[in-house]
Amino acid sequence: MTNIQKNCPIVQLTDKDCTQRAPDIPGAVSANNISNDKKTYIIEIDHVSKWFGDKQVLDDVSLFVKKGEFVTILGPSGCGKTTLLRLIAGFNQVSEGIIRMDGQDITQIPPHKRPMNTVFQRYALFPHLNVYENIAFGLKLKKVDEEEIDKQVRSVLKLVGLTDYEERNVDSLSGGQQQRVAIARAIVNKPQVLLLDEPLAALDLKMRKDMQLELKQMHKDLGITFIYVTHDQEEALTLSDTIVVMNKGKVQQIGKPTDIYNEPINPFVADFIGDSNILNGIMKEDRKVQFMYHEFDCVDEGFKKDEHVDVVIRPEDIYIMQRNQSAMLNGVVSTCIFKGVHYEMVVITDNGYELIIQDYNAFEAGEEVSLIIKPSDIHVMHKERYTNTLVGTMEDENHVTILDETFECLPQEGLESGDEVNVEIKFDNIELMDDIEDGYAAGIVSFILYKGNHYHLTVTTDSGEDIYVNTNDVWDDGDMVGIKINPEHLKISKRV
Amino acid sequence: MKLSNLITKRSNWVIPYVLFLILFTVLPLLLIGVYAFKSNDGGFTLQNFVKFATQSEALNTFIYSIGIALITTVLCILIGYPAAYILSNAELNRNKTLVMLFILPMWINVLMRSLATVALFDFMHLELGEGALIFGLVYDFLPFMIYPIYNTIQKIDKSYIEAAQDLGANKLQIFTKVIWPLSIPGIVSGILMVFLPTISTFAISEILTLNNKRLFGSIIQDNIMMSDTMNYGAALSLIMLIIIALTSVISNKEDDNINEGGLI
Repeated sequence: MTNIQKNCPIVQLTDKDCTQRAPDIPGAVSANNISNDKKTYIIEIDHVSKWFGDKQVLDDVSLFVKKGEFVTILGPSGCGKTTLLRLIAGFNQVSEGIIRMDGQDITQIPPHKRPMNTVFQRYALFPHLNVYENIAFGLKLKKVDEEEIDKQVRSVLKLVGLTDYEERNVDSLSGGQQQRVAIARAIVNKPQVLLLDEPLAALDLKMRKDMQLELKQMHKDLGITFIYVTHDQEEALTLSDTIVVMNKGKVQQIGKPTDIYNEPINPFVADFIGDSNILNGIMKEDRKVQFMYHEFDCVDEGFKKDEHVDVVIRPEDIYIMQRNQSAMLNGVVSTCIFKGVHYEMVVITDNGYELIIQDYNAFEAGEEVSLIIKPSDIHVMHKERYTNTLVGTMEDENHVTILDETFECLPQEGLESGDEVNVEIKFDNIELMDDIEDGYAAGIVSFILYKGNHYHLTVTTDSGEDIYVNTNDVWDDGDMVGIKINPEHLKISKRV
Repeated sequence: MKLSNLITKRSNWVIPYVLFLILFTVLPLLLIGVYAFKSNDGGFTLQNFVKFATQSEALNTFIYSIGIALITTVLCILIGYPAAYILSNAELNRNKTLVMLFILPMWINVLMRSLATVALFDFMHLELGEGALIFGLVYDFLPFMIYPIYNTIQKIDKSYIEAAQDLGANKLQIFTKVIWPLSIPGIVSGILMVFLPTISTFAISEILTLNNKRLFGSIIQDNIMMSDTMNYGAALSLIMLIIIALTSVISNKEDDNINEGGLI
């Protein structure tokens, strides 16, 4: 899976089917594309990593931005997206890798010499200068003559709709107006690349929607490259030509908004972008996938026979109707909420799966319904993992150290104390305890995925490793848990 | 019952402070005002003020004091600003104790520091006098200049500096166009903390000049100490108070414009 993550960024820009093809020919495709299309990229981020102390915030990120493109870097807080933007702007230095602009290595160039400008999250307008002086700041430094500055400032003020605000004190402006001044201050310098760090995060919803449209229009009018950072998936889908989804310092997927939405590469992306039903399935053969105890026709191919897969179905892609004996899936509506345009219903199927469904027609709670899913609406993804695989050390024949803690195991013959071993543990065989003291190791729930009839949790342990757990219990993101594994569930083999 | 009411009612809690203010601030101020307009025989008079305007000794001392205060303040800024800048710059100074060391003298009694200065000058065989006075004043008041400036620079949002960099400013331009203008409130605070107290100083000047050079504070003290010139002393105090008030008002206006507070 790591291969896909590494290579996808490079592949996607010229080949939107990268999600399918990358696993087959990792490396080969990417190498070709770089050399062929090098000239069209304005920003190239080439295998960049960043550490703050011993904490890694960016892990081998590659990203290629075309001239004039609107690229959005999207991810939850702490995923490294702002750090990536700051590396491009030059406020932080990369730990590894190269950043190029127009083919020139700019990794060592200080921020004031980079031909790009930033719109900061909290605007960072100079409080001692008025609107005019703030906007003129960059031009004055470039020693542009007064008349020209005056002309440019006025034209850019007109562009952002703040004519006659020249003399205003920046503190007397509303959030939206400050935002416009911040944008004006950046674009008046005619940068080749405009960097925007969650520029709309501090605005209220209505204002945010308006500004989104204006930004999109500005991008079209100015024709410069926008690199935009946000945690708001809807904003990303609305604005971007290309979306870069990040998580835990790694690029997960790069693609057009529709591709990211319709063909997410892994459960994280599917879950983060839009609502989704994510289920475990088995690929029976090409275009045949089994999930929820049924075999469905689908359009995905190229999987191994009987490969375990994740299946994504968007809530609006499930057709819901009155009970009909010939339908494949039957269920009972458990809740129904009006969402403005559509209704959002939760249906419990007869075989125990919970599905979210969006439809224009309402079916009341308790109503018996039938469901239909069309082959083209089923999206099949490779699983990132099938089991937990940890590296450990034997203590004695009954104990093994994994996750920096000692776990009891069944007597291991042929293994001696100090031997390095691989330890496999199935997702279902890990117990999570409320009280950390009750477990052999401790961790924090860092990602929760609902799989229709159980939760698939990512638990980051104190040792920094992630383990994955299937459970029916409800946990919250950030919960501290004790981790317990019964001795018979540790499958130990010698490391070669 | 009544007493417990008095205590539980929240608005009554302010009473001790109001009493304190009346007794130790308002009343003395009123007394100064009253005495300043009183002649020795008890009648109303403007004679005390006329005396100040016409008698050269008090007026000269007043002008001399302002001169000394100006020199002290300028020296404090010249020495204090770079010190504060270096202390607040994370690249140059990661050590909080260094800041403490600069601020430490603030906590030692002024008289003690002045006596120490005398000892130092004696040890180095330097003459006491005007030079010693200025040295002593700068030494005494420097922390009061450094601290507000340090505070203000410390609080400047790092994003302003990044924004300036982003717009093409080099290190020097970042300083002249962003850090310096944003640190002015700290300087104003520092000036208030140095300039005004220096004018009214008397003990320091007496110790460091062997009572040869006198500041305005000494004149006030001399007159107040003697019963027949007490009213004149009160008038001199009033003049100084008015100057302090005016300076504060002007610098407050300045502060409002820039909108960041220093120590005051």
